[in-house]
Amino acid sequence: MSFQRKDLLGIEDLSPEEIIFILDTAKSFREILERPIKMVPTLRGKTVANLFFEPSTRTRLSFELAEKRLNADALSFSSVGSSVAKGETLLDTAKNILAMKVDCFVLRHVSPGAPHLLARELDVSVINAGDGAHEHPTQALLDLYTIRERKGRIKGLKMAIVGDITNSRVARSNIWGMGKLGAEVRVCGPPTLIPPDIEKMGVKVSYSLEEALEGVDVIMMLRIQKERQKGSLPPSLDEYREFFSLTEERLDLAREDALVMHPGPVNRGVELPARIADGRKSIILDQVTNGVAVRMAILYLLLGRRR
Amino acid sequence: MALLIQGGRVMDPASGRNEILDILIEGGRIREIARHVPGRSRKIINASGKVVSPGFIDLHTHLRQPGREDEETIETGSRAAARGGFTTICAMPNTEPPIDDPSLVEFVYDEARRCALVQVLPIATISRGRRGEDLSPMGRLRRAGAVGFSDDGDWVSNSGLMRSALEYVKMLSLPLISHCEDKTLTQEGVMNEGYYSTTLGLRGIPKEAEEVAIFRDLVLLGMTGSWLHVAHLSTSRGVELVREAKKEGLKVTSEVTPHHFTLTHKEVRSFNTNTKMRPPLREEEDVAAVGQGLKDGTIDIIATDHAPHTVEEKEVDYISAPFGIIGLETALGLVIKELVEKGTLSLMEALAKLTVNPARILGMSIGRIEEGARADLTIFDPEKTWKVEEEEFLSKSTNSPFIGWELPGKVEWTITGGKVVYQSRK
Repeated sequence: MSFQRKDLLGIEDLSPEEIIFILDTAKSFREILERPIKMVPTLRGKTVANLFFEPSTRTRLSFELAEKRLNADALSFSSVGSSVAKGETLLDTAKNILAMKVDCFVLRHVSPGAPHLLARELDVSVINAGDGAHEHPTQALLDLYTIRERKGRIKGLKMAIVGDITNSRVARSNIWGMGKLGAEVRVCGPPTLIPPDIEKMGVKVSYSLEEALEGVDVIMMLRIQKERQKGSLPPSLDEYREFFSLTEERLDLAREDALVMHPGPVNRGVELPARIADGRKSIILDQVTNGVAVRMAILYLLLGRRR
Repeated sequence: MALLIQGGRVMDPASGRNEILDILIEGGRIREIARHVPGRSRKIINASGKVVSPGFIDLHTHLRQPGREDEETIETGSRAAARGGFTTICAMPNTEPPIDDPSLVEFVYDEARRCALVQVLPIATISRGRRGEDLSPMGRLRRAGAVGFSDDGDWVSNSGLMRSALEYVKMLSLPLISHCEDKTLTQEGVMNEGYYSTTLGLRGIPKEAEEVAIFRDLVLLGMTGSWLHVAHLSTSRGVELVREAKKEGLKVTSEVTPHHFTLTHKEVRSFNTNTKMRPPLREEEDVAAVGQGLKDGTIDIIATDHAPHTVEEKEVDYISAPFGIIGLETALGLVIKELVEKGTLSLMEALAKLTVNPARILGMSIGRIEEGARADLTIFDPEKTWKVEEEEFLSKSTNSPFIGWELPGKVEWTITGGKVVYQSRK
């Protein structure tokens, strides 16, 4: 098995073998993070440009750290105060940065397909760091990595993804990834936040959190994205909490060894009470740690070897 | 100078004539149609092996002038029309400013007289400023030469206003054209709502946005006893609603675009912004339904909804890109490839939907081949295939999802008012 792609744009078009290959590669990078000197020379002389056209803390820092740990040079760019405000187009911005000779773009953008546009037009690797509500492949890969680390397998597991499915790229990427590796996925949320025909992605839909949690191995809570709602918000956050917050009683419906995950940032007290976010079943911080290793693996697979 | 079209297969849907004939043109009109017209001292077009059809009529063209001359002008749009075999195009009024005043109707005519290669007929707005609040001066717009009314791009969501428009238009004998789309359902949508909008994370435009709007318009049509033309049908139930209304005897006509009988929402997976238009590309069942609608006559005409946008506007991310694609230059090819070759329509039936049927909706005597008629003719080779190349477009814009396609049906000559306005180079 090898990984021959120029870009990482989504999980939908990856094969199960490619996913496993990335996860296995990440394992050796995860080990580096435990060393006293957390750096390898793998990408020395390579330059990665992180283009963030949407606010992000976790993903951006995680990519920057992954790049530094691999000895790559990292440029970071956010749309606030940039030439985007002066009307420069995405493609133009990218072409200008490419003219300074970079090897890879990491792109976060509000519009689905924005990384695909760069990947199609530019002869350089592009990593999708989240494109609108479409995909967030590195997040799904780090989630898969973390689940596999804890459970030893993905196949046969039951996972519930709870919250604003319509606006969640994390949900979509996880649905593809978990499905490809043989897990059963349920999505749960108010009907106004479940997109049409999602059953065709191979998931079960439930509007009842109690029903969705019954016997699951993994619970992924999503943030209610206040900033993205347009008319489809639940009537109020209080009402949302009443129906969809992961309380202790509800958590008891899942398997005893169930894992609680969240892609962050958590709305503490809305979808997830603090006691559970910080509780023994929560692996939220493991997700964050593993994120660096998974991103190192992806950068290595795209840039570190001759294609 | 007289022009003789020799040996072509004359196909005239209005009369049903379908035989090899010569056509003599003099003074901009068809002088003689006969088995053999002597060719001496005349310019001759050898049309043997070609079809001679009435010039095509597009009821739905966006020429962008005034206001967006960077996208298209009356001149460039008319050139694209000529290349596509269209000899008459109806200019939609959603320009800047919108065509809601007689002086603006006159502007379109003046500009067309100055530089257009084909006949350009302005459609005026239903409401002043296309704001959907009060009626434009429809009577005076008609006197200035408007051939129909539409707030295209926007549905007249105010039911009271739409009722008034339907009533008022009865004294003007002009078609009222409705862009059926309830914007409270469309919201921020950029593609068909369904499986692919879900996987792509793009906001959906439900089919119900069209269906709800058609239903309301038909209810008001029944109430007023007026007539209505439904623009660019895209949904299976939309077709069904129009079919039922026709059965009940309502005076409703409808159109479909080539892209809606050809492509589905699957195309959006490429994130090619030339798959973004309103109404959006729908599903297989809808493509089948508009095909059936064309076959059984529910859908009277094929119209392009030619909507030019610059490369700069379209070479952006999917959400930011404007809606619309060009269509004049690929229409015939798609009609033959998707409808005639697949057996939905005979070539004669297809030509009717491009010629005499739109003429009837306009209430004009164009779109037919008969002695004494204005010599608007399209001569094409139904067998010859050609490749859609970006550089070849005569439109000022190139926003087509069909670039790279091989299409049958090459327009060889387009003749408007007896003058050759387009001649294929190859």
